[in-house]
Amino acid sequence: MSGKAARIGLVTLAIALAAMLTTVGPVGGVGAQEKAPAGVEVKIDNFSFGPATVTVPVGTTVTWTNRDDIPHTAVSTDGVFKSKVMDTDDKFSFVFNKPGTYPYYCTIHPKMTGQIIVQ
Amino acid sequence: MSQNKKDEILHDHNHDGVDRRGFLKCMAWAGTGALCVMQGGVLKSYSMSRMNEWNAAKMGGELSFAQISDSHMGFNKPANPDVAGTLKAAVDKINALSAQPEFLLHTGDISHLAKPEEFDTVDQILKGAVAKEVFFVPGEHDVIGDDGQQYRDRYGKGTKGAGWYSFDKKGVHFIGLVNVVNLKAGGLGNLGGDQLDWLAADVKQLKSSTPIVVFAHIPLWSVYPEWGWATDDSAQALGYLRKFGSVSVLNGHIHQIMQKVEGNVTFHTAMSTAFPQPQPGKADSPGPMKVPAEQLRSVLGITDVNFVRGQHALAIVDSQLA
Repeated sequence: MSGKAARIGLVTLAIALAAMLTTVGPVGGVGAQEKAPAGVEVKIDNFSFGPATVTVPVGTTVTWTNRDDIPHTAVSTDGVFKSKVMDTDDKFSFVFNKPGTYPYYCTIHPKMTGQIIVQ
Repeated sequence: MSQNKKDEILHDHNHDGVDRRGFLKCMAWAGTGALCVMQGGVLKSYSMSRMNEWNAAKMGGELSFAQISDSHMGFNKPANPDVAGTLKAAVDKINALSAQPEFLLHTGDISHLAKPEEFDTVDQILKGAVAKEVFFVPGEHDVIGDDGQQYRDRYGKGTKGAGWYSFDKKGVHFIGLVNVVNLKAGGLGNLGGDQLDWLAADVKQLKSSTPIVVFAHIPLWSVYPEWGWATDDSAQALGYLRKFGSVSVLNGHIHQIMQKVEGNVTFHTAMSTAFPQPQPGKADSPGPMKVPAEQLRSVLGITDVNFVRGQHALAIVDSQLA
């Protein structure tokens, strides 16, 4: 594949990815979220999600921030979303486009649980 | 960290010996491991931080090995910005023993974020140990992101399932268990059915007089479930070991020494080579206890530690060399 063809391929891939991400999935840096309502923050402090229960309208971006000195994850119990490991001050965002209750936990410290209620 | 926790360190509210000066001395924990000696089929563990009080002649025993734990390579926060240095200090202390332990046993959280370079650094430092054999079990930090695949590729040769295994040394049967994978939301450490079945089969043919040493990362006894310091199905595992006259259980995870005896079973937890964690319920969370970096460095390497863990409410047995 020539350099130019590779670039075109990448652009196509990026557009396809952006389209996918607008529908559902983690917010990566790719794909502008023009229509998304204001985001909601969940802070991780002292081995707990705060607030532990968050109620948001459909389309809301929820962003987790780890403020502990220990790494954590935010992983949906039902496999809907899965953060990478968040070290101190790392963030993870997910757009909730379907109504429902999404329980989640830290896979490293499973005593840490929370839920996102999407209405 | 909150002002409250600073106060807790500065003043001995709990009358448990942890004033600021005592705490700083305790930071010598950071460079320590535990020496385990099997004597007459009974295991005793000694904190390396008390090494200068030991009478080597009295140690004796059929078999000795050193336990190190929770090196958290890659951790770089104020509680200890040099975890490589403190792990190396632990290895140096082990190397300085007059009688070298047969092997080393690492009870998990080798790495902080399961990054290849973190494991590489630990491997490199452990190569400096006189004792050449090292046995591992994973901590929850070692299985981040891949359910322990990388851990098993590195340390799990010849192991079963998530990395569990057993071996024999001088008539002692050692069992390494994995209780840090497939953890369930809201739950504690977990062994799982496959591992429990394997354990039952593994010990079935052994004579009841065989000394047993079980090691795993998260405590196999209920230290403090509120902080996840326990294992959901540990009772079943211990049930399979009931017939044995001497069972020793070695764990890490809680970054402090606790010991407990239940019938024929003695439980020990080891200190971390990286940073201490608070006593159960004595802080808002089990996060690292901090002192300013320059103070940490200045207290590392001090061997004259007179902090007596035996004063701890949960330290039911505390082996000390008179």
